[in-house]
Amino acid sequence: MYSDKVLDHYNNPKNVGAFEADDAVGTGIVGAPECGDVMKLQLKVEEGKIVDAKFKTFGCGSAIASSSLATEWVKGKTVDQALAITNSDIAEELSLPPVKIHCSVLAEDAIKAAIADYKSRQSTSEPS
Amino acid sequence: MKPIYLDYSATTPVDPRVLSKMLPYFTEVFGNAASKNHGFGWAAEQGVDEARAQIAALIGADAKEIVITSGATESDNLALLGVADMYKEKGNHIITCVTEHKAVLDPAHYLETQGFDVTFLPVNKEGMVDLTALEAAITDKTILISLMAANNEIGTIHPLKEIGALAKKHGVLFHTDGTQAVGKVKIDVNEMGIDLLSMSAHKMYGPKGIGALYVRRRKPRVRLSPIIHGGGHERGMRSGTLNVTGIVGFGEACRLAGLELEAEAEKLSKMRDRLHKGLEDKLDYLYLNGHPEDRLPGLLNISFAFVEGESLMMGMENIAVSSGSACTSASLEPSYVLRALGVGEDLAHCSIRFSLGRFTTDAEIDATIEKVVATVSRLREMSPLYDMAKAGIDINTIQWAGH
Repeated sequence: MYSDKVLDHYNNPKNVGAFEADDAVGTGIVGAPECGDVMKLQLKVEEGKIVDAKFKTFGCGSAIASSSLATEWVKGKTVDQALAITNSDIAEELSLPPVKIHCSVLAEDAIKAAIADYKSRQSTSEPS
Repeated sequence: MKPIYLDYSATTPVDPRVLSKMLPYFTEVFGNAASKNHGFGWAAEQGVDEARAQIAALIGADAKEIVITSGATESDNLALLGVADMYKEKGNHIITCVTEHKAVLDPAHYLETQGFDVTFLPVNKEGMVDLTALEAAITDKTILISLMAANNEIGTIHPLKEIGALAKKHGVLFHTDGTQAVGKVKIDVNEMGIDLLSMSAHKMYGPKGIGALYVRRRKPRVRLSPIIHGGGHERGMRSGTLNVTGIVGFGEACRLAGLELEAEAEKLSKMRDRLHKGLEDKLDYLYLNGHPEDRLPGLLNISFAFVEGESLMMGMENIAVSSGSACTSASLEPSYVLRALGVGEDLAHCSIRFSLGRFTTDAEIDATIEKVVATVSRLREMSPLYDMAKAGIDINTIQWAGH
């Protein structure tokens, strides 16, 4: 029922945790409890590059795996490169069945939301 | 770890005693019970007669009142469609409730397309219909009340005797889907005023593919239009060559249930409470779904807040349970039964149904507690909602972006 990669991420999730609030950190929270999944993804950015990422996810095994994979993939990428990650990349890597595609969509949304949050912090923290 | 089966509400294994009673009927006593002119047929018929008496005895009925079917889904369909067609001159109103099994809800919806009015009564947060609302819903057009004996997801047991009395008072037939209750708790059709009762063998250690509909023969004599037409078996109510092996197995399963029901119910209640307590001792934010007392002995439905049900089941590998989580179904909608109780969708996604049975052991319960506690704890460490709860944030006050 589950692919080996989903099982591996579920059993040994990468980068579970949270960062302290900081202007260098972008946080994206997507999903809703009543839909059965909520993803919180955080990125730490230094000089335009994502140097670290953390996640916490409420959701099924595929949602946990999608967010774990997303944190792995964004690390070392520039903000723009991270924005290019699509849900189909994630779904393909994890061999998600059609009913679980929304988990990968959520992971893409979480990356985008975290980057948007990071960018808004940069624009508000710039000296006037 | 040896797999642990805690999904007895889905189906049960055939009791070895049932199987050994069935075996000769495959190869030696293989006759057609409808063959009235030779010994092969008579022997098969004798097996059927004995089984029919055993099925009837479990529910306080007469053997002549048992119509053999392929299972509870067919029994429910026969009860609703058969009564609706037979009594359509008398009235076109049927009362049921929102937490019924689909085998009742779907025929009821079908009847709506055929000119019938169906009232789907709500239930309270423990899964009970309100008897005052039930009585108020009865009109001079009402021909049938169909309310389940025990709910398959939460185990809540309806007050059958009171419902039966109300039905009788208003001259309305009372059908109850007894799939989960028969063989688990005492059911007596006369004491409870039940006119039609659906039963299934595979929920009570009999084989799959066999069930029965009890149809009252006197006070009142209930008549049904058949939904399967053919050779006129089962007094014309259900044609088709009798599944003799299945019927014999069902009969033996009923006999054993009659003997062991009381002791088994006591044992299962204790195990269920041990499971519940073991989980509560080590985990916070647990919510019991269903009625705390009027509930099936072996059933425990709990929501583990902040942990999604499917991910929990994934972590409890080798322990077979069910979940009301949407992720276990293709529809992406969480359990309609839990929603009907007013359980929030967030908690419906977090529900697990443990159903214990005849072969469950204390050691299995202890291993389950350990595994569930470890998995829930691990997943909560990973859950952003648990963090929020610990920080004192009520997740219901957050404006979530649904998808």
